Amino acid sequence: GQPLGVLDGIPIAVKDNFNTAGIETTCASNMLKGYISPYNATVVQKLLDQGAVLLGKTNLDEFAMGSGSTDGVFGPVRNPWSYSRQYKEKSVSKSRSEDEESNWVITGGSSGGSAAAVSSFTCFAALGSDTGGSTRNPAAHCGVVGLKPTYGLISRHGLIPLVNSMDVPGILTRCVDDAAVMLGSLAGHDPKDSTTIQENFKPFELPDLTDVSKLSIGIPKEYHAPGLSGEILALWSKAADLFKNAGAKVIDVSLPHTHYSIVCYHVLCTAEVASNMARFDGLEYGHRSDMNESTESMYAATRREGFNDVVRGRILSGNYFLLKQNYENYFIKAQKVRRLIANDFVKVFRSGVDILLTPTTLSDAVPYMEFIKEDNRTRSAQDDILTQAVNMAGLPAINVPTALSERGLPVGLQFIGRSFQEKQLLTVAKWFEKQVKFPMIQLEEVKRLDHGVFQHEKSASFS
Amino acid sequence: LSPWVPVVGLEIHAQISSNSKLFSGSQVQFAAPPNSLVSFFDASLPGTLPVLNRRCVEAAVMTGLALNCSINKKSMFDRKHYFYADLPAGYQITQQRIPIAVNGSLSYSLCIGNKMSQVVTKTVRIKQIQLEQDSGKSLHDDTRSQTLVDLNRAGVGLMEVVMEPDMCCGEEAAAAVRELQLILQTLGSSQAVMAEGQLRVDANISVHHPGEPYGVRTEVKNINSIRFLAKAVDYEIQRQIEELENEGTILNETRAFDSKLGCTVPMRDKEGKQDYRFMPEPNLPPLILYDAKSLPANMNHEQVINIDWIHERLPDLPSVKRAKLVEQYGILPEHSFTLLNEDGLTEFFENVVRQTQMKPRKVIGWILNDLLCYLKQHSLTVKESPVSSFLLADLLNLLEKKEISAAAAKQVLTELWKGEGKNPLEIVKEKKLELIQDQKELEQICQAVIDGQENEVIMIVLG
Repeated sequence: GQPLGVLDGIPIAVKDNFNTAGIETTCASNMLKGYISPYNATVVQKLLDQGAVLLGKTNLDEFAMGSGSTDGVFGPVRNPWSYSRQYKEKSVSKSRSEDEESNWVITGGSSGGSAAAVSSFTCFAALGSDTGGSTRNPAAHCGVVGLKPTYGLISRHGLIPLVNSMDVPGILTRCVDDAAVMLGSLAGHDPKDSTTIQENFKPFELPDLTDVSKLSIGIPKEYHAPGLSGEILALWSKAADLFKNAGAKVIDVSLPHTHYSIVCYHVLCTAEVASNMARFDGLEYGHRSDMNESTESMYAATRREGFNDVVRGRILSGNYFLLKQNYENYFIKAQKVRRLIANDFVKVFRSGVDILLTPTTLSDAVPYMEFIKEDNRTRSAQDDILTQAVNMAGLPAINVPTALSERGLPVGLQFIGRSFQEKQLLTVAKWFEKQVKFPMIQLEEVKRLDHGVFQHEKSASFS
Repeated sequence: LSPWVPVVGLEIHAQISSNSKLFSGSQVQFAAPPNSLVSFFDASLPGTLPVLNRRCVEAAVMTGLALNCSINKKSMFDRKHYFYADLPAGYQITQQRIPIAVNGSLSYSLCIGNKMSQVVTKTVRIKQIQLEQDSGKSLHDDTRSQTLVDLNRAGVGLMEVVMEPDMCCGEEAAAAVRELQLILQTLGSSQAVMAEGQLRVDANISVHHPGEPYGVRTEVKNINSIRFLAKAVDYEIQRQIEELENEGTILNETRAFDSKLGCTVPMRDKEGKQDYRFMPEPNLPPLILYDAKSLPANMNHEQVINIDWIHERLPDLPSVKRAKLVEQYGILPEHSFTLLNEDGLTEFFENVVRQTQMKPRKVIGWILNDLLCYLKQHSLTVKESPVSSFLLADLLNLLEKKEISAAAAKQVLTELWKGEGKNPLEIVKEKKLELIQDQKELEQICQAVIDGQENEVIMIVLG
């Protein structure tokens, strides 16, 4: 027969905060455990219409709140690189079993499951979501391409929202070309989402850029953030030099309001969360508590039982900021700061810069045992610093895996583009990808964790 | 005792007459089987998004224009949060910051004087008109300790019309609402039938002494007809006056009108004052309307809403219709009020006038005093009248041609009312009600009477 589309037969995975008809959609929360969605998110439908094969729903932080993919009810996601030869060779170990039990590293989050799925070759592409970096962060830690499109380019209909004014569906693939293909299938106006742009979107093929001399790359100095590892700083510098040596113009720029973005995000995100989570009352769908003394007590018990601490914490904060006496000082103020942050980017792009180059994360992936020593809020504040401002401004950005760290784990760099200039962004990213030749993950043995018995199965050996 | 000045303001919710709901495509229909008109969005399923219904916006613009409002070319949507079983999302989408129309006025008339023959025109300022969602319905079943929720109504479009406290008594409130009802029905923007919940009125009432600041106001809800509105307002004014004259205080509370007892009672306490935590609705961009000046060159009225285009097509409002009736038929102003107040009566009247030689000024008496009287006595609408305009015209023609007397005509009408299918001429013949035209015949009858009453005649002659 005829292929349904460019993605016909391609296995994909979808983050479990996208609605999939007839398939459980949980957002990794007790609130939606067992919830069978009656409809497909627009992006899911588009992929299926192209013939893509849905392999499964991927794990995440509960309701996409987190930067580690560790706080969902199904447990944390393990970074496939934890089991790579590259990582194991570099790790100081006492014994093999201790290694894998205590040394495995996180994927980053919140789209960790999707990043892991692509990284471990279980699918060719995956959908994530990105509100403060949730696609780019795990992409960097898992050594895959993570694209955050411009806000309004891809429909959010069917994506269970975290922050409606910042969420976008994210694309995770192994190479930039694949990301362009996925984008071509997903982008465009959706009448069901009033925040998508009206203009027609034309899918594009990426040209093979050879001449970067007309390119102007901006290096924002504020992204030399506190806590940025020396390793990544060096890599970032090396990448800038790469462009310079190839003839591009590389200039230092400033985005002066960058350091306000985290606190601004905290106010706006929690406020929207408080609002978006109000619908989970146990009445129409989802978990309902057995408590039935009164409607109010049922609401309270249902929401306490259904949500984890992270979600409940954000709801409480958000409600506080939305109180009449606080609204002006917090919400309105944060909106104004958001405008300033967005304007920083506008000014820089207007001054002739085409693309910004920054690190994606402060370091390579940390071991799970270390990650959980700090709480979700602290971690999120730390980890979102390099990615969050982009969501404030609604701009497109992409993580390109760049090199392995000293610990043998992936490190990526981020390119930020102009609104709706995905073609230019991806073209530059593709050129960079070609230059750095990021190594393929080498997964040799996969230890069976349940029986504790070693099985020397040779999964496809990539060397 | 110094006089009291009562102050009455109204908040009126009119259900928009449209095929589908304000933000979703489910149907709008009264008395459908429970939960049969509920879309995914109406049920607040996670991931669904609102899409604005164009017809609802047009209805609000028409209404705003008819009420002499400024139409805001840019208006916004907001979320108003509270938890209730009939509000699935935990918030209502409304227009709190910038509504669609502001600063209008409504002129209404009262018939005063001893014969209700003096028509006085009053004006009430319209503060604003806002678009918002209706809630579902919940029925409390106390015997089984359960609440039944029907979401058919959830999401239906409403126009909230806020009338400033320019009214002073029940009669004025009732007249203002009646006029608004007629306007809405003429525009077709709402069917405004109170019995079907398409028009709901809440009254804000306070009293104060002249020259002093306004008193504490109470809100009165649960008013189910225009007649009850007048009663509720007057009762509450009285209650407040009595309370204050007895050194009591008025609480800023919500009270319900009990139609059986004819009084207002405090409603169940809602745990103190509600903070609705208003927040902009992030999924709906600002609503932009155009007029002839601002309309972009390449757009026509089908693609966007053009206020001027709508203005040009507004039908004659009730006040204009009344003026035309008075001018065309020479009837009194108070007659025109009654004609418009009764559904179908104007048409009936005009049909009779067309089919009879009797002057409209005389016809109107038969319409208002006789026909309408019968209808009211038997609780019938004009459409249900057993006497058609044709039959009445027929009867009035007999009277006009002096074939019967007025008294006889009334008798015939009583017969016609039985709806036995006879026409006026048949009844006249049957009951021998013909006026005797022959002079000789009359003399004979008179003589016969005189001859038969000799004693009485002598007494009369003697004085």
